[in-house]
Amino acid sequence: MACRRCSRVWPMGQARCDRCGSKLVSRDTRSLQKVWAWWIAGVIAYIPANIYPMLVTNTLVYRSENTIVGGAVEVAHHGAYGVAAIILIASVLIPVGKFLAIAFLAITAQRGTSVTPRARTHLFEIVEFIGRWSMIDVFVVAILSSLVQLSVVASIRPGPAALTFAISVICTMLSAQSFDSRLIWDAVSRQQPRKTP
Amino acid sequence: MSPDQLEHTTPDAAAIKDLIGCPHCDALYVVRLPEHGGRAVCTHCHTVLIAPRKKAGKKMIALTLTVMILVIAAMFFPFIDINASGFGNSTSILDAASSFRSGYMVFLSVLVAAAILFVPLLRTILTLYVLVPVVRDRPPLPHARRAFRWSQELKPWAMAEIFAIGCAVALVKVQDLAHVGLGPAFWMFAALVVLVLINDNFLCTWSVWKSLELEED
Ligand SMILES: [Zn+2]
Ligand SMILES: [Zn+2]
Repeated sequence: MACRRCSRVWPMGQARCDRCGSKLVSRDTRSLQKVWAWWIAGVIAYIPANIYPMLVTNTLVYRSENTIVGGAVEVAHHGAYGVAAIILIASVLIPVGKFLAIAFLAITAQRGTSVTPRARTHLFEIVEFIGRWSMIDVFVVAILSSLVQLSVVASIRPGPAALTFAISVICTMLSAQSFDSRLIWDAVSRQQPRKTP
Repeated sequence: MSPDQLEHTTPDAAAIKDLIGCPHCDALYVVRLPEHGGRAVCTHCHTVLIAPRKKAGKKMIALTLTVMILVIAAMFFPFIDINASGFGNSTSILDAASSFRSGYMVFLSVLVAAAILFVPLLRTILTLYVLVPVVRDRPPLPHARRAFRWSQELKPWAMAEIFAIGCAVALVKVQDLAHVGLGPAFWMFAALVVLVLINDNFLCTWSVWKSLELEED
């Protein structure tokens, strides 16, 4: 039985890793339940994040409220296609892709699939690595609303979507972290005993 | 297949202490140290298990110290300033972190401050606490193992590098609204991003665990 944190191996039945102190579980049986719980919370929080405004801009001439997608479209109108792409990728493509990827991993861990375990492990690594980058839009809102406070000329305030979006990102990160990647490989050894030379 | 890949084994074939279990797929291997700069990879899922670097400890400490100084310094300098129709404003990282002031938004302030300042700072402190005694061949400080575990668990929540990219995006967004300039703290953060990436690359967690275990016995 191996520790998932420090990879030290212990005899079956030991409860705690003596090296790093983390809890040892042969297979985290409740792993998938936790994954789905955080996943659902993440999806629910992601819906208002797209409906409500992320930024509220007040200037002498106009007042505008921007949702995530609306903000990206406006930036693109000004010709900054690169930045528009960054916003869309970080706030739409990555979160939606993450929801789909985690759901795919959790479902196939139970039902089995023709996609190789190695490919699915890679997918899991990508999900773990890339998830944090969705926070970029929350940081942009934080920077803008503290920076643009120019009396009556222009001011920017955060909208309610900033909060729900941050919650959504955190929930999906927790969802990915509670996934026990060893489940991917268990399905394989059930079908054919693992070969050990 | 790389020459450094480890050999598969059955659980009884070797002393349990010399085994390593892949954290991703649970395959067991007998530990065989790759040469410096090489890496041992899980044959099943290709996760890197061991990757020792020459003098990694000393380099890590130097880098971690630099990161620490940069984070602290970046707190007190303005990192962006803005000018429009005679009105000006400059923002430091602390200002940005505390920009969500009204009601439930305070939660977001706490979150941003933690992600870009406190967690990265805490991780540097924990890393130094663990590594300095190991590198100087002294016995580890009390609770060094717990400190190292925490520093590993906090890793995904340290988001300084994401914040730096956020600065660049924010710049472009307000360009047509006002004139914007970058302050010294922005460049500190840019340097920080590079250092954090190098730092994480240097660290072979397995080697650190091994040395903590050896010295505490
Ligand atoms: Zn352990
Ligand atoms: Zn593996």
